[in-house]
Amino acid sequence: MSTTDAYYIPHKATWPVIGTVGLVTMLAGFANYLNGSSIGPTLMVAGLVIFIIMLTGWFTLQATESESGMYSTQVGISYRMGMMWFIFSEIMFFGVFFGTLYYTRYLSVPWLGGEGTGAATKELLWPTFEATWPTNGPKGLGLDASGARVFGAELEPMGAWGLPFLNTLILLTSGVSVTWAHHGLLAKNRDQLIKGLIATVALGFLFVSFQAYEYHEAYTEMGLTLGSGIYGSTFFMLTGFHGLHVCIGAIILSVVLFRSWKGHFKPENHFAFEAAAWYWHFVDVVWLGLFIFVYLM
Amino acid sequence: MSAVVAEHDDHHDDHAHGPAKGLLRWVTTTNHKDIGTLYLLFGLAMFFVGGGMAMIIRAELFEPGLQFVQPQFFNSMATMHALVMIFGAVMPAFVGLANWMIPMMIGAPDMALPRMNNMSFWMLVAGVLLLASTLFMEGGGPAGGWTMYPPLILQTGKALPFAVFAVHLLGISSIMGAINIIATIFNMRASGMTLMKMPMFVWTWLITGFLLIAIMPVLAGAVTMLLTDKFFGTSFFDAAGGGDPVLYQHIFWFFGHPEVYVMILPTFGVASTIIPVFARKPLFGYSSMVYATASIAFLSFIVWAHHMFTVGMPVAGELYFMYATMLIAIPTGVKVFNWTATMWKGSMTFETPMLFSIAFVVLFTMGGFTGLMMAVAPSDFQYHDTYFIVAHFHYTLVPASVFILMAAGYYWLPKWTGHMYNEKIGQLHFWLSAISVNILFFPQHFLGLAGMPRRIPDYAVQFADWNMISSIGGFIFGASQLLFLYIVIDTIKGGTGEKVTDEVWEDAHKHGLEWTLPSPPPYHTFTTPPAVIPTEHI
Repeated sequence: MSTTDAYYIPHKATWPVIGTVGLVTMLAGFANYLNGSSIGPTLMVAGLVIFIIMLTGWFTLQATESESGMYSTQVGISYRMGMMWFIFSEIMFFGVFFGTLYYTRYLSVPWLGGEGTGAATKELLWPTFEATWPTNGPKGLGLDASGARVFGAELEPMGAWGLPFLNTLILLTSGVSVTWAHHGLLAKNRDQLIKGLIATVALGFLFVSFQAYEYHEAYTEMGLTLGSGIYGSTFFMLTGFHGLHVCIGAIILSVVLFRSWKGHFKPENHFAFEAAAWYWHFVDVVWLGLFIFVYLM
Repeated sequence: MSAVVAEHDDHHDDHAHGPAKGLLRWVTTTNHKDIGTLYLLFGLAMFFVGGGMAMIIRAELFEPGLQFVQPQFFNSMATMHALVMIFGAVMPAFVGLANWMIPMMIGAPDMALPRMNNMSFWMLVAGVLLLASTLFMEGGGPAGGWTMYPPLILQTGKALPFAVFAVHLLGISSIMGAINIIATIFNMRASGMTLMKMPMFVWTWLITGFLLIAIMPVLAGAVTMLLTDKFFGTSFFDAAGGGDPVLYQHIFWFFGHPEVYVMILPTFGVASTIIPVFARKPLFGYSSMVYATASIAFLSFIVWAHHMFTVGMPVAGELYFMYATMLIAIPTGVKVFNWTATMWKGSMTFETPMLFSIAFVVLFTMGGFTGLMMAVAPSDFQYHDTYFIVAHFHYTLVPASVFILMAAGYYWLPKWTGHMYNEKIGQLHFWLSAISVNILFFPQHFLGLAGMPRRIPDYAVQFADWNMISSIGGFIFGASQLLFLYIVIDTIKGGTGEKVTDEVWEDAHKHGLEWTLPSPPPYHTFTTPPAVIPTEHI
């Protein structure tokens, strides 16, 4: 019934409600878990399962519709705009934590150390505190092995030139490989498309593994944790949310890989590939920001 | 704006099917009119829930001393009243208007992303339910104010993670709604509907959409840090670890100031839609209205710390934020001037939508003036956190956003339902609301200037008289809104029994595509794009 020249308006959507139920169950479960209620984890898992079912079902439906030619160029433009503005909202989300890093590092920590109008603050609160970066604050916050709060802890910052630099190279390479795959798709070279995507997904998961190893080192060897004052807070918040986004991006690319292998996508119709590639480049650029502002500077 | 040759033979071929049968229609719908209706009814319901909380607040403040509720519950009511009214009533009501009207105004078959449209509504319901559930938890609902400043908010009981996740869900809902609106406006306009021919309501929502996508993630980030500070040992807002509680306020108000414009820009859009129709003149200064809206939106991102003049900031910051804030008066003044000039020498009639719109122009200007007073940093030191600010923002929200939502209801209900509302009761509703809202909020200026702090359940006896008057105004205002509820139900059920024409209001077809459609419009409109022919009006 639909043709490519009319705008496709779907009817009777069930996945959105199912997804909402899944998400709210998951969040209610997480909140219960944080409050120490025993029902929390069960709810979380149940919500997650519903949410994954929704994602699978909804995206399968979209892929089927797309492959059967139900989406006109105009529909494709709506999807591209949707993805573009979604990525913009993600940029704003990361902006908060970059802003937090900037504000604490260049404004509030120096004020605590007596700079500007902070002389009285320093005198009255922590007269011996010297404002340096990285810092875990005037009280030297940290966590001991059991996860309890300790004061006067030593702080060892994460260096830039080991794993983080390797990870930078990995992500930059993956940006190249996904573009190479895109060229393959445009040139109807399915082999190049699939190889490029396999390389990208592999590099993505390699990045996440290195990141996991780095976190393990930080927690067990260096005593650098979420509880390590403002340095630990900003370090783990920024790299953690980024790592989460790499995981999401790699999963999206895996789905695109699976669809490529099934023979989906044409040079003139491959929104899902484009969206995944845009997302991947976004994750890549955020990492460059992290490498410079969190690790290097 | 543009006259139209409409050929709405909408009931043709494959798109003839109407809504699904039964209640499930409303759960699975992807139709912009259905979803618009859901948003509007949900907003109306939350208006009464939030209003009920306001009644509790005004009852407690009727006299000095503690009469009805415990201080903790009072604070919780103040917090929840704000959150419910902002995220549950005003924003959803405007999204409902956007859903209903934007596709019809720009000649589109529906919203650009119909499935996501459905999800954004249900996420909103989920978020509000999660928020409401906190009222029944150990330790009560969040009571640290809707701004949720740490360290106070971190003392919340079991409610904290639920409130944080509710904010996340509301944010996701708003972002999805905004993306949909932007994609619809950019991608779904009928040919000939160029950007500078779009109705002002569409323009204001386009700009509001940008604001929402830019700010909701910021709020999400802020509350996420509250959550990790409370449960995961971080010290973003704890000076002992090198953090700063003031940082939260900066982030919150980077969201918060554009957020208040999210509520006021669509208000401007509806006012700019209604006033020309009842003045029987085209909108004065259309393009200056567009540029003023864009300027206000831009400025909203660089003035946030005027909410924090007394918190401690370098003096250069105080000065910058003071001057930048005062700049906003210029584009806002342009708008007030344009509305007035639209009415100047017009053949005006005063049906209920116009009455509410005129009251909006006058009373919003009042709220704007008190805003200017507080923009002046040294003066603000006197008013900060007093009832003066309460009076200020209620003037910009109640007789502005809420009045315009009422006006929009009266203006478009005949189009939506095909029935005429009862004009007599509508006018009664208007006069009761317009008088009581001033009895309610005007005395709060005096209370604030005399030094009464906000967010307290009890107060010194010197404030007793004005508080009693304010409460009486509040009760009358609250009760008057039941008239609106009655009118909405009555109109849906048939209203005056008079069959309304397609254009409903005299010559309304000159002012927008929606008036060229039947009343009520068919389930699917503009499956073939209408021809839009520009006129010399603009």
